[in-house]
Amino acid sequence: MAAITIPAAEDIVGPTPGQRLRKRIIGHRGVMIGAVILAIIVLMALLAPLLAPHDPYTQNLGNRIVPPVWTDGGSWVHPLGTDGLGRDYLSRLMYGAQISLFIGFATALISGVIGTVMGVAAGYFGGRVDLVVTFLITCRLSMPVILVSLAVVALVGSSLTVVVMVLGVLLWDRYAVVMRSATMQVRSLDYVAAASAAGCSTWRILVSEILPNVMNPLIVVATLEVAHAVLLEAALSFLGLGVQPPLPSWGLMISEGKDYLLFEAWLITIPGICLFALLLAINLLGDGVRDVTAPENRS
Amino acid sequence: MAALLEVENLRVDIPLGAGDLHAVRGISFQVDRGETLCIVGESGCGKSLTSLSLMDLLPPKARRSADRLAFDGIDLAKVAPSAMSDIRGNRMAMIFQEPMTSLNPAYTIGNQLEEALLRHRNVSGREARERAVHLLEKVGITGAASRLGQYPHQLSGGLRQRVMIAMALMCGPELILADEPTTALDVTIQAQILHLMIELQKEFGMGMILITHDLGIVARVADKVAVMYAGQIVESGTVNEVFENPMHPYTQGLLRCIPVPGKTRRGEPLGSIPGIVPSLIGEMKGCAFANRCPYTFEACLTTDVPLFETGSNPNAGRGYRCLLSEQQCIENAKEVA
Amino acid sequence: MLIYTLKRLVVALLVALTISLISFGLLYLSGDPATTIAGESANQAAIEAIREQYGFNRPLYEQYFAWVGRALQGDFGTSFYFKVPVTDLIFERLPVTLGLGLSAIAFAIVLSIPLGVLAARYPNSIVDRLALTISVMGQAMPSFWFALLLIMVFSFMYPLLPSSGSETWVHFIMPTVVLGYYATPAIMRLTRTGMLEVLGADYIRTARAKGLRPRVVLFKHALRNAIIPVVSLSAVQLGFMLGGSIVVETIFALHGTGYLAWESIRRYDLPTVQAILLVFSLIYIVLTFLADLLNAWLDPRIRVG
Repeated sequence: MAAITIPAAEDIVGPTPGQRLRKRIIGHRGVMIGAVILAIIVLMALLAPLLAPHDPYTQNLGNRIVPPVWTDGGSWVHPLGTDGLGRDYLSRLMYGAQISLFIGFATALISGVIGTVMGVAAGYFGGRVDLVVTFLITCRLSMPVILVSLAVVALVGSSLTVVVMVLGVLLWDRYAVVMRSATMQVRSLDYVAAASAAGCSTWRILVSEILPNVMNPLIVVATLEVAHAVLLEAALSFLGLGVQPPLPSWGLMISEGKDYLLFEAWLITIPGICLFALLLAINLLGDGVRDVTAPENRS
Repeated sequence: MAALLEVENLRVDIPLGAGDLHAVRGISFQVDRGETLCIVGESGCGKSLTSLSLMDLLPPKARRSADRLAFDGIDLAKVAPSAMSDIRGNRMAMIFQEPMTSLNPAYTIGNQLEEALLRHRNVSGREARERAVHLLEKVGITGAASRLGQYPHQLSGGLRQRVMIAMALMCGPELILADEPTTALDVTIQAQILHLMIELQKEFGMGMILITHDLGIVARVADKVAVMYAGQIVESGTVNEVFENPMHPYTQGLLRCIPVPGKTRRGEPLGSIPGIVPSLIGEMKGCAFANRCPYTFEACLTTDVPLFETGSNPNAGRGYRCLLSEQQCIENAKEVA
Repeated sequence: MLIYTLKRLVVALLVALTISLISFGLLYLSGDPATTIAGESANQAAIEAIREQYGFNRPLYEQYFAWVGRALQGDFGTSFYFKVPVTDLIFERLPVTLGLGLSAIAFAIVLSIPLGVLAARYPNSIVDRLALTISVMGQAMPSFWFALLLIMVFSFMYPLLPSSGSETWVHFIMPTVVLGYYATPAIMRLTRTGMLEVLGADYIRTARAKGLRPRVVLFKHALRNAIIPVVSLSAVQLGFMLGGSIVVETIFALHGTGYLAWESIRRYDLPTVQAILLVFSLIYIVLTFLADLLNAWLDPRIRVG
């Protein structure tokens, strides 16, 4: 008899936040494309010892610059050909993925810890702490990362560890900026005031009230900083002051290939495409996570 | 002669994922020169969308349709966007609810006042300036000439709303649409602004549509009233008829919610209407007010209720949307009072 | 406005002071600078002589103040490698880098602001998709790789543009595109989100209610407000381009300060590296300072407080 249709309970309650989040992730093309590409590259890196057809360091000067399989003179022995020292290009690419991913994640971890601590402290305590942190951020932004890291790597000596440490110590600025404003927002919310009125210790409030609520922006920044670190490592290695030969860093491979730019362009395009794909995947994921967790930011 | 604004069966639909939201469901009214129509209703009943749709300022997703939408004989439904923008701000002007955010923070008051006139009239910058000063004085702003160089953030909310009114008057419009123009202001300022608007409306002989949820304002300024509920007009008529003889149970309920000096006893609870407004998504069957109405009977749930015309003068637009007999409605009203 | 300016000025000076400490600190990063200069094979006497000559045996703070004191007078010492005053070396090459930076930021602005505005005006349209694609690609494209691709196509496959040198403006085309494209995503995104936000503002509805033409609403009323943060971002991006110029100038052999930085770093020419770090940072500090002032001037809420 009810003529005004009463909506069913599900229509009012709707899907749970978890269900909705999952639906948004699956429905987000950027996230899906990014995740698939990243998964392929991660698998390539992890399975390199099993799948790589050759040793990435074995030189064969009699077999230099073999072209990839799809061009004249190519063969399935070296699907992506060999480089100027006769090393198998595919194997080097696979091991190179390990380097890029390691540098990206290790750097993001170091800089993430530094930046988050600074940002959360500035945002939560405000006042002088905030002044000092803001000042440090300004100083850090004033110095070109690439110049400082080139100089430091040159002076201290270049190795994988040095590159990770230098980038880790330099790339904390975006974390600090974002965490600072996110913390300020959360701090002004009622439940934080309630926790502090209830007599919770500062430490407890920071860990159990603030941190969980600034997780979303933190994940977004961390993702984008992984890409930033990968890009900088490649640039440093390209300039000859990053990872040193014979390690197969993609940036280094492009640098080594540039002498063959004129006739053997694939030596540059192949590692470049890998680098581009990795950066694209991480950026798509980062942007996607931002869209999915805060859908109101993008119409 | 035809009325200044004629609206027949106006509908506003907003497509949503779950089906269309029918925000305005076929409303009709007329406004003449020198006449004030008040549209009253709770928030979400579609009154703001009605005014925005008349100005063709609906949000991009919303769709408007009407059997007739004529301003001074011009069919607004068929007019090209550029011709519509020639009318907008010129012959038809609007005053918004939020004076704090409705002025552009980057430009001076003078600039924002003058640009309306410069857009629609072939006047010099000096003439526009003089007109702006004249109108600022008219809306009761002292030191008008020096205000022109100020930015919105330097003015209080009341002053900004006066500026908004002056801005609407720049081109001498024939019709003013005012969407809750005093809601965001302090009570004392509200009265001043309202008073000012009535005065100006009478002086310039403009038609005015005043949208409000405040029945006190309606009683003081309206010539005609349209009571909206869930996207429909449930009762209309002259202000005297509606206030003295409310026919629709919703109007009766609304009127019970305002205290009347000398009649409402101290400590006596004011009336309220229990229940919630029905969802406007999808088709609705029966009377929209049925779930909150004290007189609901079987037919209310199944029959779409038309607007019954009544009253001695067919042009006064007296009507109500209720299945109860006229006699029954009048008796209910007495009982309530 | 005056107090605002003074506050910014004090911060800028403090930042400059901090950077000068860091620049000075570079000298000691490798351990003993005298050994670095003399080279691995030098004997003890030669190292000792260098230590004496450059004053490395004096207390650190004395060395710092002496260095800053001379730097303030425009004297950054003599290049270890080129054996000429570092100041001359830098100022001879700075015009190339500044020219490249300015043309790159101009390229980025001309590309990204109109696209950002149109993308916001017509969300989810083809223009919006194009803008999104350009910005996603731009973020993921390593500039050195992009540069090599351009050289491959425009210098070798179709020999239209020179791949190296800095003699004529034609030499600057590819470097400008590479460096400018790097700044495009950020500027475009900020323009787009800023415009989206502003277009939903009440005062835009007011402007439309006045019957103003769509073009006037979009550019006078909306862009004017959305552009304010874009101005400071552009200044910041111009500052970042100084760093980017190191990569780009190296690839295209443009003889600017960025190329000089790379040369000096490879040759352990410490006075030059120190000076370039300080000069680049100072330029960035000045740029952001000017951007802050411009920002305040553009926003009446700050200007007319």
